[in-house]
Amino acid sequence: MTKKKFSFHVDLESFNPASDKEKEYLVQMRPSTTFFKDGVKRLYKNKIAFVSFIVILLITIASIVIPFFWPYSYETQLGVTPGKPVDSSFNNLAPFEYGRSEQKLIEAGESVFPHIFGTDAAGRDYFIRVVYGTRVSLAVGFFASIIVLVIGTIVGSVSGYFGGKVDLIIMRIVDIIYSLPDMLMVILLSTVLKLTLTPVIEGTVLQSIGANIISLFIVFALLYWVSMSRLIRGQILSLREQEYVLSAQATGARGKWIITKHLIPNCISVVIISAALQIPSAIFTESYLSFLGLGVNAPMPSLGSLASDALNGITSYTYRLVIPAVVISLIVLSLNLFGDGLRDAFDPKLNG
Amino acid sequence: MNSKTMLYIGKRILLAIFTVWVVITVTFFVMHSVPGGPFVGEKATTPAVQAAMEAKYGLDKPLGEQYLTYLKDIVTKFDFGPSLKQRGRMVIDIIADGMKTSAKLGVIAAALSAVFGIVLGAVAALRRNKLSDRIIMVITTAFVSMPSFIMGSLLLALFAIKLKVLPANGSTPAGLVLPIVTLALYPMAYITRLTRSSMLDVLGQDYIRTAKAKGVSGAKIIFGHALKNSLIPVLTYLGPMLAYIVTGSLVVEQIFAVPGIGRAFVSSITNRDYPMIMGTTIILAALIVIMNLLTDILYKVVDPRITLE
Repeated sequence: MTKKKFSFHVDLESFNPASDKEKEYLVQMRPSTTFFKDGVKRLYKNKIAFVSFIVILLITIASIVIPFFWPYSYETQLGVTPGKPVDSSFNNLAPFEYGRSEQKLIEAGESVFPHIFGTDAAGRDYFIRVVYGTRVSLAVGFFASIIVLVIGTIVGSVSGYFGGKVDLIIMRIVDIIYSLPDMLMVILLSTVLKLTLTPVIEGTVLQSIGANIISLFIVFALLYWVSMSRLIRGQILSLREQEYVLSAQATGARGKWIITKHLIPNCISVVIISAALQIPSAIFTESYLSFLGLGVNAPMPSLGSLASDALNGITSYTYRLVIPAVVISLIVLSLNLFGDGLRDAFDPKLNG
Repeated sequence: MNSKTMLYIGKRILLAIFTVWVVITVTFFVMHSVPGGPFVGEKATTPAVQAAMEAKYGLDKPLGEQYLTYLKDIVTKFDFGPSLKQRGRMVIDIIADGMKTSAKLGVIAAALSAVFGIVLGAVAALRRNKLSDRIIMVITTAFVSMPSFIMGSLLLALFAIKLKVLPANGSTPAGLVLPIVTLALYPMAYITRLTRSSMLDVLGQDYIRTAKAKGVSGAKIIFGHALKNSLIPVLTYLGPMLAYIVTGSLVVEQIFAVPGIGRAFVSSITNRDYPMIMGTTIILAALIVIMNLLTDILYKVVDPRITLE
């Protein structure tokens, strides 16, 4: 039967089953991509985020690897040898200068490893102190954000999943912690925890980490999970109501399938992004507390304590302030830019 | 203002009062959980002298009673007790003294950052993706990534030590320039970015297109039509900005030796002046809570499009 032009008559041929040739058009030639691969591709195209990632990677690897082969350690006072008077020529060396005994060695034809950034007021190699301080700052930021991630996820999903009274109570607690001025509470808690913890942990493994760092972690665990739990609760609440969840339910998907295939992949990116953005804020807080004398325990350095120590000799040794300042700004800047890139790549919804 | 707005404001005020109470309570009990009394570290005290001192400051009474007295004194007389280390002075007097300098510092820094931030943000939005926009964005991104103490120390090193154009000591009026700039740079950068993005948002609205179609000039569109609406998100930053300035001033006053409340607070931490730590924490926290409350209310009142929960 031929179809007349401009007629509303239904063309029955359109309803015939597709021939094999027609089916070929629908076969996808490119390999199917996953959500993760897609995101990585987008991240790779974002030049700023990619460069930031490389910078973070380099700094992290350097801070882990360099202390293994560097001839000096962060706590050795080079002028102090047991049984001999203190050789003060090692204190406050300028970059690439040598102490008196090292000079003799050089004159005798031996090679001495240079002090790239000189030494500090106690005669400790400054380069390795900066490297070590970077390591400490990065580690503190990383672990603090993991603590926040774990507590926030647990509380947020409990609150979102159970709803009702549990949700109400948790959210009121969150509201109150959220409206507390965080920095002041951090200072107060660190002051007190430092005094309380020091005698408790004496002689245990924890002592090497130091009471200040532990109290910093405790403070993060107590105060900083709130925004993360709010975020996750909101995600779970809104994702549960999405149409694709409804359509999955309508086509007979089980709860397990919905959770693993729909809720988690859609939630996890937001969670990882905010955890990544938590790291610079933790590094910020640690360096701030170190500056106030509430951070890492001496002789262990962190970038904040190095900067704060450098203030005493700022007139003659300005570079000792500038070096940790540059490193910390570089870390925070690249983490922030990388976090932004992650957000753009993995969560196009947020990019409003 | 309708009844719904009033209800919301009422709720927020209650939450703020409750928060301040939580701060007082947490501060009190946390501070009193420190092992050993505040006089333990002192030299040349016999147990008898210590007991007499504790009796004098009411530290021998049960903790619950101390707490109620402390709370009552704050609520009725605004009294935070005597300082332990600066003998004969009340905590509130020390705070009031330091607050004079710190408030001056904070207010000037806030005003500067608002003015420069809004202007720079508007310029960046107007010249979007051109060179001036790029420069402004790069600089503000760098400023936002720098902790206040780093910024302060670098400014000190550059202007006071290398160039010697400004004094490093913040106890004279000229010496206040560097601390104010240090405090203002971060909020300024933040406000610039905020203004830029919200300005770009507003510039895409229909009423701006209408104005353009009528033939209104570029500058008039920005300042007459777009600026007012794009400042609404900036309003929300007022609360966090105060919090930043308060915490920032702790280190900035330390770096530049400004005789303000921040320095008094830090030195009270180092010499364990408990009533001073408690009093300063509570007052600064209350300040931040009140500012957040005002910001929230202002935000809801100014923008009628916002629906209240």
